[in-house]
Amino acid sequence: MSKNVLLYAAILIFGLAAPFIFPAFKVQLSILCVLIVLATTWNIQGGEMGYNTFGNILFYGLGMYLCASVQVGMFFPLAEWTESGGEKTFVHTPTQFFQGMAAGLVVAAVVPTIVAGLIGYAILGLRGHYFAICTLGLGVAAGEISGGIEIIGAGQGFTTPPFPEVGGLEARGEFFYFLSFGALILTFIAVRAIYSTRFRLILNAIRDNEDKAEAMGIETMKYKIIGWMVSAFFCGLAGGIMGGLVGYIDSTDVAFDGREMGVFMVLMAILGGKGTLWGPVIGATVFHIFKEGFWTFFLGWQYVALGVLIVVIVIYFPEGIMGWLREKYPERFGEVIDEADRKAQVELK
Amino acid sequence: MITVQACLDGLLLGILFALIAYGMALQWGVMNIINIAQGDLVILGGYIAYFMYLYGIHPAWGVIVSPIIMYFIGVGIYKLVINKVVDRDLFISILATFGISILFMQLMNFAFGADVVLANSGYGTTMLFDNNVTLPNSKIFSAVISIVFAICLVIYMKKSKLGRAIRATAQNARAAKILGVDTEKVYAATFGINAALCGVAGALISITFTIHPYMGLPYTIRSFMIVIVAGLGNLPGVAMSGMGLGVFEEFADYILGTEFRIGAVFLLLVLILVYRRFKLSRKREYLK
Repeated sequence: MSKNVLLYAAILIFGLAAPFIFPAFKVQLSILCVLIVLATTWNIQGGEMGYNTFGNILFYGLGMYLCASVQVGMFFPLAEWTESGGEKTFVHTPTQFFQGMAAGLVVAAVVPTIVAGLIGYAILGLRGHYFAICTLGLGVAAGEISGGIEIIGAGQGFTTPPFPEVGGLEARGEFFYFLSFGALILTFIAVRAIYSTRFRLILNAIRDNEDKAEAMGIETMKYKIIGWMVSAFFCGLAGGIMGGLVGYIDSTDVAFDGREMGVFMVLMAILGGKGTLWGPVIGATVFHIFKEGFWTFFLGWQYVALGVLIVVIVIYFPEGIMGWLREKYPERFGEVIDEADRKAQVELK
Repeated sequence: MITVQACLDGLLLGILFALIAYGMALQWGVMNIINIAQGDLVILGGYIAYFMYLYGIHPAWGVIVSPIIMYFIGVGIYKLVINKVVDRDLFISILATFGISILFMQLMNFAFGADVVLANSGYGTTMLFDNNVTLPNSKIFSAVISIVFAICLVIYMKKSKLGRAIRATAQNARAAKILGVDTEKVYAATFGINAALCGVAGALISITFTIHPYMGLPYTIRSFMIVIVAGLGNLPGVAMSGMGLGVFEEFADYILGTEFRIGAVFLLLVLILVYRRFKLSRKREYLK
């Protein structure tokens, strides 16, 4: 246990010091935090519960729009703001900006949770590939529909309030980094806490055999909805932060970006290893480093590389990094290996 | 009059959708995979016809050329990727073909540019009901060609040796294998035929409507929707629900506005799935 505490402390200290060690990569590090949050929450559905969703992007985009709308709408007329586009006639004072951001993030986290609770009963009754396609449709539909709504910018996009002029040039990066790092810590603690309870066992029971779990007296629907609501909460929060970080919201390219972010979260979780606590974290980190490191070499070909990457990971590496490690060093994962039994199995092969 | 216009447009459009959906049903039934790249194959087929048009050949010949090229592309995709996902979890096939879809989307974007294009067939239009209803002849042409191809395919599946092998594999792959059917070959041919159907549909779409590298996913979703409404291996059902979807889309276009058209299609998919889920849950069953 003390080893774990040391590890967590080291990560925490590294996280807090990172923007000062790598000042040039503050935005990248903030994006990494958001990606880890998304991958970890996707893992609740895809990994633990066995419900492979493409729909968590719905909560992410919803959070993004809600946070920006609240932040603007609290002080200025929203319609005029979006109509003016990039030309700002209204300027947030620092107090207004931070108050708006705080309120916006609360709304961005709470409303998607409620939405998930409301649609959860209808959607989570589907299983397997029907659930996957249904949630894919949900995400794309949300993108298309929000692209037609005038008050949040429709097709021309929504510029989020610019960061106020306080504390010099570096302040913006640091603010968003610590915001997203805070969200990451919050997510990790929450997910770790719920994974250590009976809740995780129930989710795993649903994944392994839902009918049987139901027959054993577990109200599967209730737990599925709660699981989805937890995901929605953190996805919305991540979306709200990401909206402020990017500074510009477009319905299909930034918010409900099923082609990019929606696939990334699935890919990161699978790359790291589905159904593990650390898998999505590792997967997101590796993926983000790969993406940022090699994207520049592919210059324009990054989506081609992404397509190839998806196919390769899904076909040749479905167990992920954690799965591979587990295969290699099972004793590290608390699995007791009977040496004689293992030898007998190897001989059988 | 606008109702008649929308209905006619929708029916002619729906026949095209049904053709794509038939390909979807074929590969779903035979290989048990869901191909997200279906729509991108359609768009690729459309670009073949468009290129013939650019080089001065009448795009209607694309109906012949495009399926031939697409057949080989389909077999190639099968050999490279699909044969590794056939026996596995459906979600693996969804994600893998999602990757192919992104790949194709971007390659087409590089090769052909991000402009919305159409191949002008120069067929003119027919006016009906005192010029109140306009009907481009190209739409009628595309509907007729789709029906011809569908009938040819049905006959082929019923009579030919390969068609029988495909149907046998769909019923029971293991038994077919035991009885001497080379299932690997059957799978490759099935995926090729599916790609060829997409090629025909794409060529027709490039004549009647417009094509764009990123327009693939809605076609996938439409064909998926048609298949789940009609069921696998039910050709009249596929045709009916295809036409129904076409009419729905035209009405959504008129009533909600063009910007909500795609959104309406995707929402309809969600609603259909949720409706069926509630209907089945009364019997304590779920969609399989």
